[in-house]
Amino acid sequence: MADKFDEATQKELATFLEQEQAQARVHSSIHQFTSMCWDKCITGTPSTSFSRNEVNCISNCVERFLDTSLFMVKKIEEQRQQLNS
Amino acid sequence: MSDFLRSASTPSASERKQQVMQNVRSEIMLANAQELLNKTNEKCFVKCVPKPSTSLSNSEQTCLSRCLDRYMEAFNIVSRTYISRISKERLDASAPLS
Repeated sequence: MADKFDEATQKELATFLEQEQAQARVHSSIHQFTSMCWDKCITGTPSTSFSRNEVNCISNCVERFLDTSLFMVKKIEEQRQQLNS
Repeated sequence: MSDFLRSASTPSASERKQQVMQNVRSEIMLANAQELLNKTNEKCFVKCVPKPSTSLSNSEQTCLSRCLDRYMEAFNIVSRTYISRISKERLDASAPLS
């Protein structure tokens, strides 16, 4: 077993891991959205390129999903406040 | 000679640090590639092989290879859209409230 890393290196590695984890979370969302929006937008047999419609649909699909997520948070927060008042 | 051997068997802390980082990066890249492979497999099988027969026909293979390209393209579109949205939200959050 090699020596332990000194404190500065440990900190550097911790920061590095946090960054990599954040990036991995973004990546896993991208996988999730791709899967979801593929099912929604690509209805025909895949051709040699996407139509303008399909590209727009995928892009809108991601944006609207994120809007939906923000909307739900807002609504639930409103309901919570109504319950508390 | 013994110095050389020792330095080869016990790498410096900086070398070990680089090694750890490199390992983490390649593990993540592998996981990403595996996820993409699983997804394309699943999605393109559904699209291109609706009625599995005794072998993959030529038209099924053509469909599969197009489907793979399109799924990658979709992944890139999603990636661009999501990342520009994240940076926009970050900008809005850091901007003073109007």
